[in-house]
Amino acid sequence: MRKAVHRNMDVVYGLYDDEEIMMDAVKQANKDHLDIMDVYSPFPVHGLDPLLGLEESRLHVAGFVFGSMGTLTAFLGMTWIFTKDWPIIFGGKPYWSVPAFIPITFELTVLFAAIGMVVTFYTICGLGPGVTNPYLDDRITDDKFCIAFDKSNVDLSAVESFFAATGASEVNQKTI
Amino acid sequence: MSAVVSPIREPLVTGGKTYHQITEDLISPTERTPPASWVIGLILSIITFSFGAFCLLWTIWHGIGTWDLNRTIGWGWDITNFVWWIGIGHAGTLISAILLLFRQKWRTGVNRAAEAMTIFAVMCAAIYPGIHMGRMWMAMFIFPYPNTRGPLWPNFNSPLLWDVFAISTYFTVSVLFWYAGLVPDFATIRDRATGLRKNIYNFLSFGWTGSAKHWQRWESLSLILAGIATPLVLSVHTIVSFDFATSVIPGWHTTIFPPYFVAGAIFSGFAMVLTLMLVTRKLLSLEDYITIEHVESMNKVILATGSIVGVAYLTELFISWYSGYVYEQFAFFNRALGPYWWSYFGMMFCNVLSPQFFWSKKLRRNVLFTFFMSIFINIGMWFERFVIIATTLARDYLPSSWSFYSPTWVEIGIFVGTIGLFFVLYLAFTRVAPVVAVAEIKSILKTGGDQYVGPKNAHKMSHAHEDAHAHDAH
Repeated sequence: MRKAVHRNMDVVYGLYDDEEIMMDAVKQANKDHLDIMDVYSPFPVHGLDPLLGLEESRLHVAGFVFGSMGTLTAFLGMTWIFTKDWPIIFGGKPYWSVPAFIPITFELTVLFAAIGMVVTFYTICGLGPGVTNPYLDDRITDDKFCIAFDKSNVDLSAVESFFAATGASEVNQKTI
Repeated sequence: MSAVVSPIREPLVTGGKTYHQITEDLISPTERTPPASWVIGLILSIITFSFGAFCLLWTIWHGIGTWDLNRTIGWGWDITNFVWWIGIGHAGTLISAILLLFRQKWRTGVNRAAEAMTIFAVMCAAIYPGIHMGRMWMAMFIFPYPNTRGPLWPNFNSPLLWDVFAISTYFTVSVLFWYAGLVPDFATIRDRATGLRKNIYNFLSFGWTGSAKHWQRWESLSLILAGIATPLVLSVHTIVSFDFATSVIPGWHTTIFPPYFVAGAIFSGFAMVLTLMLVTRKLLSLEDYITIEHVESMNKVILATGSIVGVAYLTELFISWYSGYVYEQFAFFNRALGPYWWSYFGMMFCNVLSPQFFWSKKLRRNVLFTFFMSIFINIGMWFERFVIIATTLARDYLPSSWSFYSPTWVEIGIFVGTIGLFFVLYLAFTRVAPVVAVAEIKSILKTGGDQYVGPKNAHKMSHAHEDAHAHDAH
């Protein structure tokens, strides 16, 4: 339903002045069976996700997978180096001195998890250095809350009366 | 909003702000011509940094013989400054990560600048182990990469190598966390800008649109990064303390070191956050966002961690006596009454006595007093590291190798230079990014803004409830 980059899509959108009015409008749209394309806001609005039918993010799965890779890389790497590749006795300790490996194993777990998760986040959101995603209105990052509909998906007059009824301060159309 | 807020809790955003006013207040410092005070500050910082850079080159050119280190005292100002800077960094991660997990809303006023402070402090810290190696052009030898020297690997059992991993991970994770928070705010700047400025911020904002799904993932990312940064920050200073604690030097070889170092790090870091924020809030007129309530909250953390540090000092003293081990006893006798007694006195005075003033609510809420206290604590925590390092080394097992150490102009120059570098970076940061997280402040406005909460609104709130009930009845 939602992709980061929309191309050549006719969008009709309404701007609201307050997130609570916007939330009520989203509830109304659900009642009216209007298929919302996306909602844009200057900050995360809590309670909006279930109304839009957004599933919980699975980013933590990526974090776990990358973290586990870090754990294995560090621990198996040190094990191989100190038991197979170049065994050296330090301070009369065994070659495979597991407690001494714990700090680096922990650090690499965190490092891999963080880098992996951040890269995953930017990739699945279609964000990155120099990326320009089309956006509807400059004031969305300031103080406006925007509900957008794909024009090909909805009845325009129904949407316009919906915006009027729910207190949108502005209604515009744009091709993005 | 859904969160329940006590009507007697003090507001975190004052001045009856609207969302647009928040944008104006926080973004406009990056759009204005810099004030004269900023320009003067930058020039002074660049001068001090340049002198530090000269001293660094002097060290690299002539070798660390230009320092006053000797066979007995192998760690002096270099490692003292390293631990000091790393410690300062810890407050930023505490504010951004640990307070996020604890749902402390006051963090939103200070987290951006505190995290910037973390990153810049770690950059300053990282200089010291590099130059301390002596031949810093071989610094890459500390990383385990396949090489033509065998391959010869670093010693993974050494706390010094753990430190390499801890600090590089800490730096990377802090930068990623900080930047993820900056992306939506850069988008706000982008959408207000024109011309070249718009292009630059378009690049920096990564194409952020504010879509609901992106916000959901962004919050998920922040929470998980906070979750992993929390044990990370505790591990970093724990590992720094291992540099000392795993040795067999009396006064270093103690199990109390990890918690004692972590508490000390947070203590010194909050002092530096206060030093910076009290000046920043004044110069950028951010009194509505970094309120007295924020200052008081930070002073409470200082009081708590300062008291932990004080208890740790006394525990160390007690245990050295109770151990019955003469070398341990001598190490502490020497710290308090030896040739460096003044640094021990400075440490005790600044770190143990001075934070106790913050039991008084009046003093906790006094900006000028807090500012001076924060400077005291910065100095005290520097003395602490100097006491642990130089004082302990100066009197080792063999009286024939006892020695004295004082820094040369080169060592002092490098320290002053890192302070210069820190302020160059911080001043630049205040010009290119909002020093208070714009999106996060907006998200707490309705639960922390003075028009919605606070003692004055308790009455109004109850009325609002009655109105709502009356409305429901209809």
